[in-house]
Amino acid sequence: MSLLSVSNIEATYGASQALFGVDLQIAEGEVVALMGRNGMGKTTTVKCICGMLPFAGSITFGGHDLGRLPSHRAARLGLGLVPEGRRCFASLTVYENLIAAARPGYWSHQRVVELFPRLGERRNQISASLSGGEQQMLAIGRALMTNPTLLILDEATEGLAPIIKQEIWAAIARLKTETGLSILMIDKSLKELRAICDGATIIERGRTVWSGEMAALTNDVTERYVGV
Amino acid sequence: MIGERYLNAAILAIFFVVPAWAYWANEPFTITLMTRAAIFALAAVGLNIALGLGGLVSLGHAVFFGIGGYAMGVLAFHAQTFTPLMEWPFVIEGTKSMPVIWLTAIVLSALAALVIGHLSLRTSGVYFIMITLAFGQMFFFFSISWSAYGGEDGLSIYVRNGFPGLNTLQPIQFYGLCLSILCVVLWFTHRLARSPFGLALNAARQVPQRVETVGLDPTRLKLVAFVISGAITGLAGALFADLNRFVSPTMFSWQMSGEIMVFIIIGGVARLFGPVAGALVFVALEHFLGGLSEYWLVYLGALLLVIVLFGRGGVIGIVSGREKAHG
Repeated sequence: MSLLSVSNIEATYGASQALFGVDLQIAEGEVVALMGRNGMGKTTTVKCICGMLPFAGSITFGGHDLGRLPSHRAARLGLGLVPEGRRCFASLTVYENLIAAARPGYWSHQRVVELFPRLGERRNQISASLSGGEQQMLAIGRALMTNPTLLILDEATEGLAPIIKQEIWAAIARLKTETGLSILMIDKSLKELRAICDGATIIERGRTVWSGEMAALTNDVTERYVGV
Repeated sequence: MIGERYLNAAILAIFFVVPAWAYWANEPFTITLMTRAAIFALAAVGLNIALGLGGLVSLGHAVFFGIGGYAMGVLAFHAQTFTPLMEWPFVIEGTKSMPVIWLTAIVLSALAALVIGHLSLRTSGVYFIMITLAFGQMFFFFSISWSAYGGEDGLSIYVRNGFPGLNTLQPIQFYGLCLSILCVVLWFTHRLARSPFGLALNAARQVPQRVETVGLDPTRLKLVAFVISGAITGLAGALFADLNRFVSPTMFSWQMSGEIMVFIIIGGVARLFGPVAGALVFVALEHFLGGLSEYWLVYLGALLLVIVLFGRGGVIGIVSGREKAHG
């Protein structure tokens, strides 16, 4: 049985419909890429999963129906969202950002600092004064501190320097191999997604148009739907 | 600029040195003034948890101040008239014991804060201000019409309530009690602000949706803060009533709510010692300017205007600058 099962969801922003039938499955321990061009509904899908946008259709997570759950309840079930644009708690220090949301489990402040040593060096710095890459690491660390069963990374490497991107990809690879965490990734970098993800789902104009194992994702398909 | 830590220590020192001098110089009135400042500070430290940490502009904190006051008034009234508070289904006697009165004040104001907070937190912004104000007015008019306990005239308690091992009729001993409570609550507030709860509350004030995505309910965080805040202000109300040996509906008035908020604005919103500095400045102005002119509130208004326009961090902010990162 899959950990997350999104079936045929539709969602609207006011009068304009954004999703027309998105399907997405993630099994326990699986890393799945959610792909598609800009404005096709990737972030909207994530918002529906995390209870930030009402939808029609069904989303179940770990056997729970996410139907009308408010987002904090969905998060408590084990959804760890790293939102697009990082969004740290700006006025808190790095350490305070991490412990504010902590729930007991494998991930502790110490383990997060092992994963991202820079966060240890910046422990008492106000998070608004961090660089973009460090804020991204903090956002991932904060999500891990809630000890999620599914980590959702929405454009985690967008707009970062290549060397920082590499650091973040390396950390995500460690999460996969060392902890077996299930991950849903939205990213533009096809090369890295191919290296790390087990499966992929592509959406086009609010619909799932391709879904399967990463190995089966041919260049024809990606050229057609993602443009690379 | 003086470091905030040193400024806080200096403010606290005033609370030790001035009464010590007054005791030595046999100036009991100064001790009473300092007691008043300590109690106002306590009430405002309570409100600062809701206002400063939680961003909840409550214009109804006099409800809790008044509940604390009436908890003292009603219990002591029954004790001094030797009549039971209630006889059915079980007998509750009045009491002159401060610990019991404090506990009653804390529990009752926490309960009131739970109900008021639960209803008010459905709204935000100006509606939140209005609904808390409306609750304040409800309690105010209820107390006016509550003739069993003096109605508009209030209730006089002839002898100050007792605390085991102390003679509370001695101003310095009662002051010591109030100052001890203020110190304990300041320490508690300091710890609270640095706890995961306080940090999450701080984040919820600024970015509620981000807090939700990590699995915390911002409304519940604010409700808990409101309850803690109300309980502390309630305790201050009980002490205030004991200081004056008198309770009246003015403790429930919206001017009282405004005054508690003014302490915080003068001292510095969300700063640990902001309410303490504010209450001290307020009591000093009330005493010195009040001696010069009956219309001293005009000068207070001018001071408030200057602080809000030019020194957003209040006295603490003006002297020690913006809040720094805390290690």
